[in-house]
Order: sequence, then structure tokens, then C-alpha cells
Amino acid sequence: MRHELQGCCGGFTRSEAIRDALAAGRRRSVREWDPRMPVPAGTGIDRRRFLAGAAGGLLSVYGAGRIGLSSRLLGEGIAEAAALQGPASPVLVSVFLAGGIDALSVLAPVGDPLYAKLRPTLAVPASAGLPFTEDPRLHWHPSATSFAELHNAGKVTVFPGIGYSSPDMSHFTSRHYWEVGATETRLATGWLGRYLDVAGSPTNPLQGLSMDGEMNPTLATARNPVAAIDRPEDFSLWLNGVWGEVFTWTLDSASALGDGQRRSADPALAQVAQAASEVGILRRALAPFRDANGNAAYTSPVSYPKSSQGDFPQRLAGLAAMLAAGLPLRCVAMTTDTQFDTHSAQEQMFDSGLTVVADSIAAFQADLEARGIADRVLVHVWSEFGRRAQENGSAGTDHGAAGVSLLVGTRASGQMVGGWPGLTNLDANGNQEANVDFRAVYCSLIEQWFGDDAGAVIPEASGFVRPQLIR
Amino acid sequence: MAHQSLADAETDGARPRTLTMPALDPSPIAVFTGPFTEVHATRLLWRAGFGPRPGQARALAALGLEGAVASLTRPAGAARLIGRPPHGADGRPLDPINVWGDDHCWWLDRMVRSDLQLVERMTLIWHSWFATSIEASNAQLMLGQNRMMRARALGNFHDLLIEVTRDPAMLLWLSGTSNTKYSPNENYAREVMELFTLGADRGAYTQHDVHEQARALTGFRNDWSNSGPTNFRFDPSLHDDGMKQIFGHRGRFSWRDTCRLCVEHPLHPSFVVAKLWGYFVGTPASARDARGLAKTYVRSGFEIRPLLEAILRHPLFYDGPRMVIPPIVYTAGLLRAQELTITTDDWAWIGEEAGQRLFDPPNVAGWDYTHWLDTSRWAGRFTTVTYALQDRVLNPNAKSYPMGENASHALEKALGYWGDPPLSAQTRANLLAFSRRAGQGITADWEQVTYRILRQNALRALIPTTPDWQTC
Repeated sequence: MRHELQGCCGGFTRSEAIRDALAAGRRRSVREWDPRMPVPAGTGIDRRRFLAGAAGGLLSVYGAGRIGLSSRLLGEGIAEAAALQGPASPVLVSVFLAGGIDALSVLAPVGDPLYAKLRPTLAVPASAGLPFTEDPRLHWHPSATSFAELHNAGKVTVFPGIGYSSPDMSHFTSRHYWEVGATETRLATGWLGRYLDVAGSPTNPLQGLSMDGEMNPTLATARNPVAAIDRPEDFSLWLNGVWGEVFTWTLDSASALGDGQRRSADPALAQVAQAASEVGILRRALAPFRDANGNAAYTSPVSYPKSSQGDFPQRLAGLAAMLAAGLPLRCVAMTTDTQFDTHSAQEQMFDSGLTVVADSIAAFQADLEARGIADRVLVHVWSEFGRRAQENGSAGTDHGAAGVSLLVGTRASGQMVGGWPGLTNLDANGNQEANVDFRAVYCSLIEQWFGDDAGAVIPEASGFVRPQLIR
Repeated sequence: MAHQSLADAETDGARPRTLTMPALDPSPIAVFTGPFTEVHATRLLWRAGFGPRPGQARALAALGLEGAVASLTRPAGAARLIGRPPHGADGRPLDPINVWGDDHCWWLDRMVRSDLQLVERMTLIWHSWFATSIEASNAQLMLGQNRMMRARALGNFHDLLIEVTRDPAMLLWLSGTSNTKYSPNENYAREVMELFTLGADRGAYTQHDVHEQARALTGFRNDWSNSGPTNFRFDPSLHDDGMKQIFGHRGRFSWRDTCRLCVEHPLHPSFVVAKLWGYFVGTPASARDARGLAKTYVRSGFEIRPLLEAILRHPLFYDGPRMVIPPIVYTAGLLRAQELTITTDDWAWIGEEAGQRLFDPPNVAGWDYTHWLDTSRWAGRFTTVTYALQDRVLNPNAKSYPMGENASHALEKALGYWGDPPLSAQTRANLLAFSRRAGQGITADWEQVTYRILRQNALRALIPTTPDWQTC
């Protein structure tokens, strides 16, 4: 029995057991059944034949180096995108803390007398956690010490009261607003997806990479391809009784079947076909990241935390390796393993969940710095809302309005935006009101980070005052 | 151990269920009038069940539209489980309560073997509609909920809502037993309106209604023993019996009133109709059809069966756009088409990889039936095919194979293996191109036999990965 999860109202993420089982299953997926089937997916026994017969103009990455693989070995679309982008092109990593993380615990107003009244059992003690240097009333939650240290080093821009007016307290509606970059329920493309439709490539699915093992709605495009994986080494395909070049041709054929119908007028056929088609590109691009046993074929220059909740730290490690290898990623989105919908058992959720999130992002930052690519990457940490100021009596908090968001990176301004909204001006439902609109932040990121026009991506962009976020 | 299948008859399949044909009531909306062919019966079996067994589509087509629908919506007697009982990879019997993943495999087995296919499919729909996850409770409570939903699969929505509201797995999942008059918790109150009965952003309710519904729902509690949650009950001393105002009505409302007020809300019938329709038809109902269905639903006192019988006969069900087959239906269908049953517990992690792990929906909104596929999910479906075929793979080390099997023979043989599914000309051409390429790859002597076997295995794997097969 997983007591620490009993208070959740929606499991947004997958359990440790499933992750473990998945990993175990994948390990099993390299079969002993047929001794003549030792080659990993997407390679092929006979390299000459494979290269000669590769479909769709794509080239094999078989035999390419581990990290630092050359772009000439990638699929043409990817190679072209990598060449166009150049080594300094900016990358935005969206990290979603699902469930609505409690801003009043992440940055606890230990110096505010109202706090103890509103949170008789849940108030973070003044002795715990490092002070938030930009506002002495606030202390970082002890689980967020890694964020505090990054902030002290000038690498975190904090939004202590972010949200939007007329807040919606539904997880799904509010999360949808953040994902699509508008307070609009019917918009079907994500804000990063629309950015990629405007500024991306029609041939490079890696430009928008979900690392949730499923598509992340933030990246949903109308036109240009995007892709979903878990860790890069997890992406493999195999069959019993089919191996060697016949297996390679089989995979080529599966992708060709997708290529043939990806523009079908029938949306269901097109959905399957697009995925099949893009799998063909991905399996070539990701083959160098996986060894013959299905394990990571890359190493990390720093150590990542271990998590009992899933593989969030390892997904970040895989991302750093892909970025270092020069894969043409532009927008990456992932969801943490823990969700923060703390209707009850809030403290346990923070202790276990937030520690892993903060330590993992700090490790990722150190990894990027060690590889010399930190100036290219910005991490955007967000949640769909904050929580009710008054605790609910089940050692938890109900859905609120304004929440907390962070930008992490060497080029983040390091200057808080909007200030802390305080506890005296709560809205009619007892929630903190937002003083920064998330869409203004999106506009700033598109313009200041990517150097493109936010007007083509965010509805009514001209109405938002852009905070300066990048140094 | 409470086991669902106790009441079900195991059978070897030698005596198929006699298909009775009770007359259906006239549909309140349009009815498909074209000839009811094997192609139509195939779509019906994929959307209202888990895909055809060999010969089943032909048998169903022979009943005609009304008879075919009635055979699904008006089954007589308890479910019969056809074929060999399930087991794990090492031959051990499944233990859904105690072994991780066996819960998934246990239900998948019912999807494969039950002859009450629509009952099983509706149970799956209710699981997504009232999405509850094992992550908040345990397999015993989840299987209890599953049994409850199966018993009411084609029944009355109001009754179902009452049972869901007091279901232990749901009480844990949406904080029902944390919601007391001393400390109201809005979790279930919001979702019962937003996701289960009324819908968000329709003006159906306000935050004040959420607050008052939470008060009405107070009073459930449970104990915690060493083995987990136990003794779920309603405790009046924890219930807030004060006056409440919900949807403009005033009263000392209780949790049963919450259910009643939701189903009696003027925006409830249209919500149920649109949501149920969306599980079966790939394009929205016209306003007129939606009104007709809503009227039928209210007149019947919130019965689901009349809605199903109308939807499953509607022209758009048969003429409308294709739908992506959900991953678990895809999996069950691959086994049914080969008359195989569960012989490995690998299906649990494969289900997760393909995007549908039973008893663990992604969140309280259930699975998104409009977006099943991306590169990762596609890879999960490929793995599904790999495992569905593993007991039937031809051994490439065999000494001999029919040497006259050329590229087109090989394709015909592989299509025959799957019962000659309807594929587009373009898809057939692509498969034939692969078959030729594999044939041209034969250069060395040893490849004459081996490559033909590899090719046959590959074709059998490729056919169900085609977009044609993955949609219906």
C-alpha cells in the first residue's frame, strides 16, 4: 500500500512499480530466443546492404560514435536541421510539476504571521530551509535546497505569484491553458508546438521532443513533426524470428507504410501513419545512445540522484547526452514522476517528490556546464496552479490560483519577477492572486530566448508586458 | 479472494453461444439502411467489443444489423469464457490481487475470452469515464470496482453513479474518506461534476456549487490496517447535515442528493450523450441526433442500453471516419484473431508502453481517446505485435520450407494467417514491395530457406502494424 499517494486526486504520473517493470521488460526485450538476432534495432547485419537500401533518403547511424556523433550520419531532415541550427541554437526544456504544487511550501512565508494561522499543521518551520535572498520573508522548502543554491548562484529566475486572471481551479482546464498558452479551452495546439509550426522544420521530429513516453500537449503541433520517447536508450524495436537485413527492411517497410498514409484525409489513419513514419527517423537518430544490451551507451560527467518514483533524473541525463551529441532539439517537454496534488499527506509528498525534482534539475545544470553547453539551455519549471492558502484539515491543501514557476539556466536573469503576492489580498475563494501572467512569460521566452516573434504564437500577444528574463 | 469469474462458465469453445435475436425498440435517431456486410460487422466487433475471432464477422453479418446489435446489447445469461484459462510466463496461474501486473492480465483475459463482448467493452469505458487508479488503493479494491462496473455495464447511469460515489477505490482516489464536516475536501465534488456528469466550461456549476457539494459528500470514512485500507463506511457523525445550496436548490443534502442533483441537472443528458457517443463514433453527433438521444435517456430514467442500441445502429457508426483502436483493444484483438489466450504476464508492461495500463489511467480524466499514438506509443504497439506472435513464430533454423513461395504467395499466406483483413490497395502494394525486397535479398544458398521464413514472420508482423489494421 502506497500510503504517501492516498491523498492524490489524479495520478498524473506513473508509479515506481510500472517504471521498474518497464525497465525490466525492456531488458528482457533483448531475446536469447534466436542466436542469430543479436543486432539492435535499426542497425542491420550487413551495413553495406542497409545503407544501399535505406528508404526515404535516410542514412543509417549504425556504427556512429557514442556521444558527439556526426550529423552527417543522421537522417537528412535531422542533419539538415542540425546544420541550420548551429551549435549555439537555444533549447527550451519545459518541466511540468503536475497536480498544482503548493507555492506557499516551495517558498514558505515563514516571516508572515498569517502563514502560521492559515497553515496550523503544514507551515514550514522558520528554522528549516535556506532563506530566499530576494525577499527575506520567504524561505525555500528544505526539499528545494538545490533550487536555493542555484538561485544564490544567480541561475534561477523566480515567479512567486504566477497565473492568470479569472483562475480556473480544474486541473485539466488550468493545465490546458498553460499547455496551449491561452485561456482558451478549444485550442488544440501547444504553445511550443505552435512555435515549432512557425519556426521549425517539416522534416525534423526531434525539434519537439516529449520525454514522457507519450506526447506532451505543450508540444502538439498542427503541421510540423514532433516525437515522444522515454530515455534515448529505451527506443528500440525487435521481433522474434526476423533478424539481420530482413529485419531492417521490415522496419523500413513499417515506416514506408506510414509515409504512404501520413497525409490521409482520414484523421485516424493519418495519426497512426505519422507515428509510424516518424519512428523511422527516430530509431536511426537514437541508435547510438543504446548499446547491444539495451543500456545507455553514453556516460554523464556528473552523477544524477536516484529516485524511487521513476526515471526523471535519468531522462534528464539522457537529454544532456542528446544535446551534447548535437541532435537538433529545440523544445523539449517532460513531466516529473511525482505529482503534487496534495489534498492530503502533503509533507510526505514534498519530502520525497520535490527533493528529487530539485536535485535532478541541479544535476542537469551541472551536467550541461561540464559539457560546455549550459548557455544554450533554459529549463522552465511550471505547475497548473498553486493551492488554497488555508490548509484543508486532511493535512493537505485544495486547488488554488496563483502558483510558483522557475526558469533555470546560466542565462536566466536571476531576478525575481512580480514579487511575492502576500497573504492579505486573497481572492473570494481564499487563493493568492497572480501578479504575473504566464502568457507574458511565454512571450518573453519566444522573443528573448528564441529571438522570434511572439505575435505569431501567443494569442493577443501584444497585450502582455514582457518581463526581462534573459541576461 | 473475491474472483469475478466464479459466476462465469469456462468453456472450450466447442459450443458457441446460441445467438438470440430479441427485437430492438425503434431508434430515436437515424438508422443505417445499407446492406450489413462482413465489413460492417467487423467494425461493430472492433468498436463494441475487442475485434473478431476467425469467422465471427461473417456469422454476425448473417444476423443483419438489428440482430447483430441485439446480440451485443441484450445478452442472455452469464458470460462464458472461451478458450484456455490464462497463465503467467512460467505457467503459474494469474494472481491478480497479489502479483504486480496480474490485475491487468486478468482483465485482458476477459476481454479476449468473454462472449459478452459489449459488457466487457462498456466496463472498459466506465473505467475510463470514472477513471480510478490503483496508485491510490490496491488490486483488491480495483477489482471490486471492476466487478461493480461490469454488473452495471449496460444498466442505469444514476445507479452506477451512486455505486461509484461510495466505491472504496474511488473514495481513496478522490479523497472521499478525507472529506469530513470538520475539514471539507473538494476533490470528488469537483470531479463528479466536471468529469463524470456535467462537464467543465458549460456554465453547469460554480465554485460555490463545488464547495456545497463537498459538504454534502462528507461522512465517508475507512480504517487502515496492516494490510491496507479497510472497513469503508458512512459515519453520520462526520457528515455535515446543515443547509446547502446546490444549483440553486436548498436542502440538507447528502451524498445521494449529490448524485441525484447531478443526473437531474438540465445539462447532464447532453453531457452523457456526447461522451458516450464519442467512444463509438469518430465524429460528433448532429445537434438533432444529440437531442433525440438525450430525450430517450431522460424518458428511460437514465438507462444506458437504449443509447447504445441507437448509437450502434446509426449511419455514422458505419459510414463515418475511422477511429484508432485503443491499445488494450488492439492487444485483445490480436490474440482473438489467432484464437490465443494469455500465456505471459508481460502484457502489463507492454500495456503501459502502448499507452493503456488497465487499472492505472493517466489521470482522473481517463484515457484520451482522440490521441492514442505518437512515436513512443507506436513502438509500444510494435512490441505488442512481437509478443502476440511469439507463440506462433516460424523457426528460421528449420531445415526446409516451401521453395515455391514467391513474394506474392508469401503475402497471400500472411494475409490468410490474419483472416484476410480488408487493406487498402496502397498498403498491399507496400507490403508486396517488402516481400519482393526480401526475396531479392536471397543470395547465398543458406538464405533460400531461412530468408523465406524470415520473410513470412516479418509479413505476419507487418500486417497488424499497418494504419489500416490499427484503425477501424
